[in-house]
Amino acid sequence: MPLSDAPAIDSAQAATAGATPASAAGAADGDHAVAVEVRGLVKRYDGRAVVDGLDLVARQGAVTAVLGPNGAGKTTTIECCEGLRSPDGGTVRVLGRDPVADARALRPRVGVMLQDGGLPTGVRALELLRHVAAMYASPRPVDELAERLGLHGFARTTVRRLSGGQRQRVALAAAVVGRPDVVFLDEPSAGMDPQSRRAVWDLVRELRADGVAIVLTTHLMDEAADLADHVHVVDHGKVIASGSVRELTDGGSGPGSVRIEATPGLDLTPLLTTLNTPLSAEAWVGSESEAGVYTLTGAVDPAALAVVTAWLAERGVLARSVSTGRRTLEDVFLDLTGRNLR
Amino acid sequence: MSSPRVAVRQARTPAETPAAAPALRRIAAQASFETRAILRNGEQLLVTIVLPVLVLVGLVRTSFLDLDTQGYTRIDFVTPGVLALAVMSTAFTSQAIATAFDRRNGVLRLMATTPLGRGGLLAGKVLGVLAVEVVQVIVIAGVAVALGWRPELGALPAVVGAGLLGTAAFTALALLLAGTLRAEGVLAVANLVLVLLTVGGGVLLPAEQLAGPLAHVAVLLPSGALGEAMRGALLHGSVPPFSVVILLGWTAALGAGAARLFRWH
Repeated sequence: MPLSDAPAIDSAQAATAGATPASAAGAADGDHAVAVEVRGLVKRYDGRAVVDGLDLVARQGAVTAVLGPNGAGKTTTIECCEGLRSPDGGTVRVLGRDPVADARALRPRVGVMLQDGGLPTGVRALELLRHVAAMYASPRPVDELAERLGLHGFARTTVRRLSGGQRQRVALAAAVVGRPDVVFLDEPSAGMDPQSRRAVWDLVRELRADGVAIVLTTHLMDEAADLADHVHVVDHGKVIASGSVRELTDGGSGPGSVRIEATPGLDLTPLLTTLNTPLSAEAWVGSESEAGVYTLTGAVDPAALAVVTAWLAERGVLARSVSTGRRTLEDVFLDLTGRNLR
Repeated sequence: MSSPRVAVRQARTPAETPAAAPALRRIAAQASFETRAILRNGEQLLVTIVLPVLVLVGLVRTSFLDLDTQGYTRIDFVTPGVLALAVMSTAFTSQAIATAFDRRNGVLRLMATTPLGRGGLLAGKVLGVLAVEVVQVIVIAGVAVALGWRPELGALPAVVGAGLLGTAAFTALALLLAGTLRAEGVLAVANLVLVLLTVGGGVLLPAEQLAGPLAHVAVLLPSGALGEAMRGALLHGSVPPFSVVILLGWTAALGAGAARLFRWH
């Protein structure tokens, strides 16, 4: 990957990229046209602002994830992009057009998967897909799409009798059958078994490779981490953090961890004393979480790792594995939105 | 994960460029979809086909109701009212319930995001209602003919006109209910209103045969006007202008209400 390595050579560039992750992401994605642009979006229900000055950009050929707790305003934002709701303030542009005023021009180019599915319950699964396909001049071949998403196993079952995951797959098929340029998926993996989820992720990746802009909301951190090129964390109707998964997990000064697998029964006290002597702001803590597995938490840096390996060498212990863990997207998300139930 | 470097939208053949199907094809597809959904649903069939046929056979073959048939045979006198009832059951009760549950389940919103759009969805629903009504007329007329009904074929244009006027008024009422109440509420109200209008709304029997003040009220109701229109068409060969005015008035009022108050969410 020479392209991604290049900036590291030039220290000035690297510093810029590190200072403002958002602008760096913008530059990196510069060759992907903007497909969805939301600026200062405001939407009120009964006078209460559910979306309150939200900004969001999604590009062609990229997966953009909108992460946030329940009630953060994700679905309302997506529905404004789909033309299902009219904004009370701000602007929304999809493929350069207004989703409400230019609905007729946008509908053939925008695929939608609603959070509650929106599938009629009395019809058979494949019949429904054929019906949605009939709305387009040159839809994807229905049988091929059904094969991709494994719909043939329940093709003649009425939607009412499908499981949650099966319904989600039918809804996804309906969202992409018209060969859209932009796809909005509101919690696409909800209620899916791991096999279904894999099939859905594969299809999303294929759409991305074809240059489709995919905007998805999700609660699933691994979905966002594995799938998304760009993540917007939304809370209280605003985007509170934005960037690639790497940018989000690298940022902040949260503790890291070192995991050691070695012989059981080692005394960690001298190691922790050594680690805690420097001017470290946060104290290292550690324990033998299970026999022969040690977990240390603190400010992980190269020097700390050297201390750990030196400590092992002094004792003549060859570790089976030493691994460092950075913050996960879930850590970032919980740090940003709080750990309390609401 | 960084984004893979891909060409912004690979060159596509015209066949792969997203485009809507022609409007007429979209609406025809939706109408056919709606018609099949109604005709396949047991409860809907009960209300739209079985109920009118039972009423027809019951009123003609039994005499527990002492009818004043105004000099007509029983079957000639009753069949127009049963056709009016059939229009009400499909345009109003069946459509209100179907639309209310589609609204609750998000079907209206989903279809509105496809090239069909809201207008196409409405057009598809109205055509679906008319298609089901054609099936109803064939079944009911078939049973009536078997029971001895011999209508004037020249009355057909007037019957179609009366049916269209009634369909417009009752579809507007259906959408007003479906777009404002909860699905369970619509289920209850739509059935209850059908029963009340059938018994006391001047559909099956002329409004003037109803008891007391109901006789004066029923002629002003869409049910009474539709009943009179059907009887006028089949018994006298023309639709009374008063019924036309009443039905048009209800269509305008209910249609305006539905347009203003209908909520898609």
